[in-house]
Amino acid sequence: MIDEYRKAFREEAADLLADLETALLELESDPMNLEMLGQVFRTMHTIKGSGSMFGFDDVAAFTHELETAFDLIRRGKVRVNKQLIDLTLNARDLIRAMIEVSFGGEPVEEARKNIVIEALHYLLVQGSVAGERQPEVSVAPGKQAGVLIHGAPELPGVDGRSEDKAKIEAKQVGGGLKTWRIRFKPAVNLFRQGVNPVLMLNELRELGDVRIIAGLDAIPELQDLDPEGCFISWDVLLTTANGLQSIRDVFIFVEDESEIRIDLIDEFAHVDDEGPGKRLGEILVDRGDLKKDDLAKVLEEHKKIGELLVESGAAGSGQVEAALLEQQHLSDLRKKKQAVEATSSIRVTSERLDSLVNLIGELVTVQARLSQTAASRNDPELLAIGEVVERLTADLRDSALNIRMMPIGATFSKFRRLVRDLSTELGREIELITDGAETELDKTVIEKLNDLLVHLIRNSIDHGIEPPEERENKGKSRSGHIHLSAMHSGAQVLVQIRDDGRGLDREAIRTKAIERGLVQPNAEVTDKELFSLIFLPGFSTAKKVTNVSGRGVGLDVVKRAIDELRGSIDVASQPDIGSEITLKLPLTLAIIDGLLVRISDRSYVLPLSVVRECVELKPEDVARGHGKHVAIVRGEMVPYVRLRERFGIGGPRPNIEQIVITEVEGLRVGFVVDHVIGEHQTVIKTLGSFYKDVEGLSGATILGDGSVALIMDIGKLIQSAEREEVSRV
Amino acid sequence: MSVGGITKTTQYLTFKLGEEIFAVDVAQVREILDFTTVTKVPQTPEFMRGVINLRGSVVPVVDMRLKFGMSRTEKSVNTCIVVVEVTLESETLIIGALADSVQEVVELEPGQIEPPPKIGSRLRFEFLKGMGKRDEQFIMILDIDKVFSATEIATVLGAQQEAKLSENTGSSSEKGA
Repeated sequence: MIDEYRKAFREEAADLLADLETALLELESDPMNLEMLGQVFRTMHTIKGSGSMFGFDDVAAFTHELETAFDLIRRGKVRVNKQLIDLTLNARDLIRAMIEVSFGGEPVEEARKNIVIEALHYLLVQGSVAGERQPEVSVAPGKQAGVLIHGAPELPGVDGRSEDKAKIEAKQVGGGLKTWRIRFKPAVNLFRQGVNPVLMLNELRELGDVRIIAGLDAIPELQDLDPEGCFISWDVLLTTANGLQSIRDVFIFVEDESEIRIDLIDEFAHVDDEGPGKRLGEILVDRGDLKKDDLAKVLEEHKKIGELLVESGAAGSGQVEAALLEQQHLSDLRKKKQAVEATSSIRVTSERLDSLVNLIGELVTVQARLSQTAASRNDPELLAIGEVVERLTADLRDSALNIRMMPIGATFSKFRRLVRDLSTELGREIELITDGAETELDKTVIEKLNDLLVHLIRNSIDHGIEPPEERENKGKSRSGHIHLSAMHSGAQVLVQIRDDGRGLDREAIRTKAIERGLVQPNAEVTDKELFSLIFLPGFSTAKKVTNVSGRGVGLDVVKRAIDELRGSIDVASQPDIGSEITLKLPLTLAIIDGLLVRISDRSYVLPLSVVRECVELKPEDVARGHGKHVAIVRGEMVPYVRLRERFGIGGPRPNIEQIVITEVEGLRVGFVVDHVIGEHQTVIKTLGSFYKDVEGLSGATILGDGSVALIMDIGKLIQSAEREEVSRV
Repeated sequence: MSVGGITKTTQYLTFKLGEEIFAVDVAQVREILDFTTVTKVPQTPEFMRGVINLRGSVVPVVDMRLKFGMSRTEKSVNTCIVVVEVTLESETLIIGALADSVQEVVELEPGQIEPPPKIGSRLRFEFLKGMGKRDEQFIMILDIDKVFSATEIATVLGAQQEAKLSENTGSSSEKGA
């Protein structure tokens, strides 16, 4: 039993350590980021806490030391620098090793721990001296918090008048969200001064979550109204991470003549306090709109408080409305916070998810059978049920597959550490830029992708990016860039690794290829063909083997893994500009939308994502092609492949055949089939290792009548058709 | 004396291909199905008849007659698919073996089994574990793992690729693909 908990801790700790790493790296690039500092501190604290709970006392003790160090930083005694981050990253790895000891990992030597702790102490002593030399009150308003780090979250009493306090406030806020109540009662001559209050309100809107209510109580009767005067006041509720100063800045030009009151009414951190929000009456009293006695008097009458107050004239209807709004705003905040907690995730083992998806796969198959039976019986009632079940299964399928989707961002952030460590090791200066971290992919794909990207990024760093001096000589920036991006493209996800290094050495690859007899010495080879050779096993042009890469193992593994995922890989490169590797991966591995077609008595499925249209192929069209397999679709020539010939299927051809036009990588190719049956939710089943090397098929699926249809891999079919075409010439 | 590592009394499922009786260890037999529609996978050798739907999973079916150099199995009321579990490079594969008819489960003692004859059998020597004898009839006990071994499948696929290459008149363009 206890082992179960320890395992749970191990998983939790793995997540926490990953968070810690991300936060540390973030902190390194932005040492003033109080939020990140807080995150580092919190994460350590959690590791310490749960560590000691599950009997990882060494972890707890060690983390405690770290925590102490970061407490000093948090209190502004020490500044964040690269050494410190280095050391903490090191410590992070140690913690990981310490946890793994219980699961059969190598024991961690005491000495290593002590070295880290001593170095940390040393840095802190040094750091705090340096810190003191820094002017104590260096002030920058707004978001650019001061150089010193103040972490103390306690709030001084804000009366909003003292400039100094406001500035401290501005610095301290940084982290949490706070809610402010702003009462803005402009002078009557506001308009005459050419001020547009709407612009100011808009400015407030940019600061954060804003609710505005206009106070109309002061507007005189029509006959007394001065049309150029401003009689409206505004109550604004603002929830923002910005400090008081930034709010005051909004009103900087009108503050002398107008009545402006800014009060802190809620710290977001306190929103989760137990108990209901403030009562309307309390809020009004708080705001000075209502006297306490009046409130008590009115309360005795036990009517709806808002109405009562207006009736009794104790408060104007506008004021009450504003207060009501405030009440709602705060309770909304609470709800939002609760909602965040409620939607927090549940840990589920991936086996359970897999079995769920498998079951849905079965369900989809049975549903197809139901629809088919319903259609053949021609019973309207049964057909209606069939349709409902069809819709439900499709929804169920989508949401189940959705559960398996994970943003690729977690994978990306792991590489920041890799790039950082490798570039130090190899003496490069490299910046990793990531893009599209929110792109979602099937969990299995992401897991496999991780290792592949490690290979490719290592390659980029070792072969691609030049050492800083070399880069400077070439007139490039000292530090190289690796751009990692992910995006959706139809039913596929494109993952790109782009670097601005020296690019692939075309000549070296060519020489090597000729040497290995892969290319004829005088043959014209396109870049694309040539670059694809680097994915062959044992193909390396590296002159020296480093421990990072150059052994010629790796890229072929990458290629194979991509093939297994039913994806593809493309390389583009220009000398001294850089190279770009594009991975195309399917969104999901389990179920796709397919187009069911029939040739003779056999059924095949084409992935619907590549199908553009279906057109007829009449005998006269074939005759017009003069033996060439080219169809003319709306004036455009589209080459086609006869699947009947390709798959060696006998039997008579129907008079009118169908061409399914597909588009892969911008290339339109038609596939000739006998009949197009229609859309089909396709549960992909593997053909198994018995048929693993069959080209042009990506699996099989089971149809409604229980028979098996094969799923075509259009990309591969086009490739092999192209190859044959070339060899025929 | 033990033959082919057979030391225990074991139960065998016997089936007929033509007039000959073959046997497999029942421990490797999963189930026996009636002959259903088999979906042919294109560009595969003829003895690989295709795939069937076995309660939701896709299972390859092999024509044992063709595999052993006899004529193609023709469908009859007795035609069966014997679903066997084969261990291939530490991976368990489920394969359907097409048989003309399934006979019975017999128990054979090690003493009833003789080593396979090196000549006089149309089968490759290494496919057999031994020859059982029962009621004056010979039973050829198959080493089903060997029949579907990796090299067997590899040679099959190799042959298939060669066949493909010969389709393409100028196979030099295959390089670098």
